[in-house]
Amino acid sequence: MIYEAGSYDVVVIGAGHAGCEAALASARMGCQTLLATLSMEGIGLMPCNPSIGGPAKAQLVREIDALGGEMGINIDKANLQMRMINTGKGPAVQSLRAQADKHEYHRELMKTILQQEGLHILMAEIEDIQCQDEQVCAVITRTGARFACQAVVVTSGTYLKGRIIVGDLAYEGGPANQFPSVKLADSLRSMGITLGRFKTGTPPRIDRKSVDFSKMSEQPGDPDVPNFSFITPKANREQLSCYLTYSNKKTHQIVMDNLNRSPLYTGVIKGKGPRYCPSFEDKVVRFAHKESHQLFVEPEGRDTDEMYVQGLNTSLPEDVQMAVLRSIPGLENVRIIRTGYAIEYDYVLPSQLKLSLESKKIAGLFTAGQINGTSGYEEAAAQGLIAGINAALKVKNQPPFILKRSEAYIGVLIDDLISKESDEPYRLLTSRAEYRLLLRQDNADLRLTEMGRSLGLVDDYRWQIYQNKKRQLDSLIELLQKTTYTPADKTIAGYLQKKNSAPIKDRVSLWELLRRPEVNLSDYVEMGLIPPQNPDIMEQLEIQSKYEGYINKQREQVIRFEKMENKLIPADIDYDTVSGLSSEALQRLKQFRPESIGQASRISGITPADINVLLIFLKRKEGIR
Amino acid sequence: MSDRIVAISTPPGEGAVGIVRLSGSGVVETVSGFFHPYNKDLPLTLRNNFSLNLGWLLDLEGEKIDEVLVSVMRAPHSYTGEDVVEINCHGGSLAIRRCLKRCLDTGVRLAEPGEFTKRAFLNDRLELSQAEAVIDIIRAKTDRGLKLAVQQLGGRQGQLIADLEEQLLHLNAMLEASLDFPDEVGDLDDAEARRILESCINKIKQLLKAGQRAEVYRDGINMVICGKPNVGKSSLLNALAQKERAIVTDIPGTTRDVIEEYINIRGIPVKIVDTAGIRETEDLVELIGVQKSKEVIENADLVLFMVDFSAGISDEDMDIFAGIPAEKMIVLVNKEDIEDKKISPAELREKFQNMTVIKSSVKMETGLDELEQAVYDLVLGTETMHDGLEIMINLRQKLALQNSLAHMQAALEALGTMPLDCLGVDIWGALERLGELSGKSLKEDIIDRIFHDFCIGK
Ligand SMILES: Cc1cc2nc3c(=O)[nH]c(=O)nc-3n(C[C@H](O)[C@H](O)[C@H](O)COP(=O)(O)OP(=O)(O)OC[C@H]3O[C@@H](n4cnc5c(N)ncnc54)[C@H](O)[C@@H]3O)c2cc1C
Ligand SMILES: Nc1nc2c(ncn2[C@@H]2O[C@H](COP(=O)(O)OP(=O)(O)O)[C@@H](O)[C@H]2O)c(=O)[nH]1
Repeated sequence: MIYEAGSYDVVVIGAGHAGCEAALASARMGCQTLLATLSMEGIGLMPCNPSIGGPAKAQLVREIDALGGEMGINIDKANLQMRMINTGKGPAVQSLRAQADKHEYHRELMKTILQQEGLHILMAEIEDIQCQDEQVCAVITRTGARFACQAVVVTSGTYLKGRIIVGDLAYEGGPANQFPSVKLADSLRSMGITLGRFKTGTPPRIDRKSVDFSKMSEQPGDPDVPNFSFITPKANREQLSCYLTYSNKKTHQIVMDNLNRSPLYTGVIKGKGPRYCPSFEDKVVRFAHKESHQLFVEPEGRDTDEMYVQGLNTSLPEDVQMAVLRSIPGLENVRIIRTGYAIEYDYVLPSQLKLSLESKKIAGLFTAGQINGTSGYEEAAAQGLIAGINAALKVKNQPPFILKRSEAYIGVLIDDLISKESDEPYRLLTSRAEYRLLLRQDNADLRLTEMGRSLGLVDDYRWQIYQNKKRQLDSLIELLQKTTYTPADKTIAGYLQKKNSAPIKDRVSLWELLRRPEVNLSDYVEMGLIPPQNPDIMEQLEIQSKYEGYINKQREQVIRFEKMENKLIPADIDYDTVSGLSSEALQRLKQFRPESIGQASRISGITPADINVLLIFLKRKEGIR
Repeated sequence: MSDRIVAISTPPGEGAVGIVRLSGSGVVETVSGFFHPYNKDLPLTLRNNFSLNLGWLLDLEGEKIDEVLVSVMRAPHSYTGEDVVEINCHGGSLAIRRCLKRCLDTGVRLAEPGEFTKRAFLNDRLELSQAEAVIDIIRAKTDRGLKLAVQQLGGRQGQLIADLEEQLLHLNAMLEASLDFPDEVGDLDDAEARRILESCINKIKQLLKAGQRAEVYRDGINMVICGKPNVGKSSLLNALAQKERAIVTDIPGTTRDVIEEYINIRGIPVKIVDTAGIRETEDLVELIGVQKSKEVIENADLVLFMVDFSAGISDEDMDIFAGIPAEKMIVLVNKEDIEDKKISPAELREKFQNMTVIKSSVKMETGLDELEQAVYDLVLGTETMHDGLEIMINLRQKLALQNSLAHMQAALEALGTMPLDCLGVDIWGALERLGELSGKSLKEDIIDRIFHDFCIGK
């Protein structure tokens, strides 16, 4: 029996990393929001690796944070180790990575959700989304509650028709022994949405008490713990270590001997898995010449003995998993707490979405996170935030919020998803970003806080911190540019000599001098040339000055890039009436329906000649109007 | 604001006058920067719309390229609706290409096929009804261009380019993998990166050299014969011309006028410049130090400097010698049939150290084969002669190769001093420019390569 249970502006289905951001954003933007989840434990659950951040992903977290999202703040509360990765490889790729305390992460996120004004949480399975005239109007739970709404954000992760596989065992299920979500997939299909099938896997978890760490090398965190969020005050929490060990020939032999029992190789698993996250059996087969693979043993929390074996993601039968583990130094007597498994699930082909993450077909229907064919917590959270923002804007009848590839990794992520076909789960990489030197983790706040403020997501506290930082930056730049020295000046000459730096020939400013790699701001402070400064400010300015040449090069490229991005293609364009398109281009354009000329040019199979033809068609249309 | 584009707008080889056309914001200022009008008081930027202006085109060093007629058409009253400048060159295909190159040197971009017409259309300078025609033009030009490019990528040079692409992809993947998967891949192997870059730089240079060789066969070279009167200049010319029996006169855009002789040396068309002048005034010496002779020598690809065994080497000779750049000179010591030689072998060694010196007798027809060999070697180089590369590259391909090379050189320089993310800008740039040759975008390929070449995954 279906009954009327109430009405909301926005309903978010799923309380994973995407769903939580979506719901918080929507509620914070003033929309009455319902957040439905299959289970309360599923809120902010990390079903796979216990870490957040790393290359490209740290940039995402900082961007989410600058826009007023929750992920950065939450991981700052719930980490057990922080490390800066890629130091020395340059500012664009330097990235923070946290080991998360999974339980604390879940608890803290749940607390925030429960305290959020305008947001109601409901433990229920949504089975159906109802539409009227191709516009969503309600959702219905398994127990018959009908909630009317204007927008729905679906963030069902890996749960849609989830199927768990361990060796020759396969059963319907969600990750981490949660229930799968079956009917919702059919509801989406009946709306005319095309679904595909992907697979991913996770390693076994082992008991800390059964591990001999003396045979592994210890990986401690950074002594000075940095934060993800721009507003988290400095705090030094106690850090836990990770441990590194290696597989060996014996391990690989065990895998090879049991390949006939691997569902990946017997054909039981049909969904396509990610190349960047291969199963251990895949690595052994594909890189047969490698005699060992590194494995990190990582704590899953402060109040648990469960440890994650990074690098050993597998769907081999349980007895083989045990044998594999016990062949590894330090794990000779290991006990498994949770068995590794693979999971297959339905996802929405993302070419069916607009850049706002709204369905091209059904108005008011948004999808975000793993359901869009991505993987990773950060990718999910970023999409959740954007979908939540755009659902709220839709309800308010305002134009969507879209970040360009030149503005944020979030823009790269969503544009890639929508304009490129991928036959594996999508993961963001720094190499996917054209303007990497502009999209750094250190300047995410400078890039995005103002946008977050005008969306209503940046509160006064964050806004004040941001404005303060900006003021300090501006005044220090001014001071550095204004303060100049001549070759005759003894202080500067002596300093440069000490640094083995060439003497100056003309009058230079402190700012110009800073471009030299060997010159830095803390020396200026030490010499009393400038007053003491906040380290963040100094870092920011040193990056801006030392990489100015490369940064300016990329800025120029962005100007050219944005010209094409700003040439919009009307949503109602009838490609069949565009004469001169190649037949491949015609088919691709009809499939993807790009929103701008720039986006069209990134679709594979579209040539420059096709782009010219499109430009001319648009021009002519404009002329006729 | 529209970016500046340039192209040769007369098909090559159709008439002695060629037009180089520029369009885009600021092209009048651009051309004004290297156009030297006869009326010095009125720079191009102050000239009227639709005016025709006579003057000299100057190269980067301020030397004259050609006497030209420049017309100015400002936006919106021009073919494309943007600022347009047309440069009419007289000096044949070489002058046109130098003029084009001069424009490119200022940062103006080579126009895409059909781009002038496209701009005209987008700026409302063509009727809406002409849209179909414009599309046809663009399609035809682009598709033909691509087909040509693809055809050319067959064979040895195709292999070379494929190798280059392969190496650069691997290098890109190495770098990117170390940035995106630091735990699994670790740091970039600097020595390996350096090795790859150096090998790529070598290959590109080889391709460019081969292209340059093809250009030599197609366009020929300018050669000047100089020396005092009576050393045997006209006799030599006649001998060479007769020997090859091919006085080329049907080169498009040229007539057989008094000041140019074409002969053919081992398949290379050689234009002997200003021989008439040299013959008639009989006194190049007078001209040395004068602007005219400097120009002739400046514009020559090769200078044959002749002295005479019967006359000895005078101060006059050495003055002429001093005015010729060593790298494009061959010294020919003529009349070796004469008994009474006024030049000793020791004197030759001392005066012409490190030069190609050839002894000849035009009268007895000795030394002429050696001369031809020396000309060939100097123009085409000796070291790459046997690489089997016969490649005709067009300007667009040449630019792509040159730009790619510039990125590789910048990367090589940055290697070890700049951080990897900055290095990435140039390493990716090199690959992207190379991709222009085949019209491919190679970004996705890099990501595929990362997973192919490295064992990644947690
Ligand atoms: C086995 C496994 C291995 C993984 N391996 C990796 C990896 O190696 N690398 C990597 O980067 N990422 C990996 N991930 C992915 C990562 O966990 C996800 O990308 C991320 O959690 C996705 O977030 P999400 O918000 O999209 O979905 P989830 O976090 O999965 O959240 C989905 C939410 O939707 C709810 N839900 C679903 N259906 C309904 C319904 N009908 N009604 C109400 N609620 C519903 C669920 O209760 C849950 O709260 C793995 C995930 C799994 C399960
Ligand atoms: N013996 C001898 N006489 C030569 C030789 N080459 C040219 N001559 C003669 O030298 C004179 C001048 O030659 P010419 O070609 O007119 O010299 P130019 O003034 O340099 O052009 C003529 O009488 C030629 O016949 C040579 O190799 N040997």
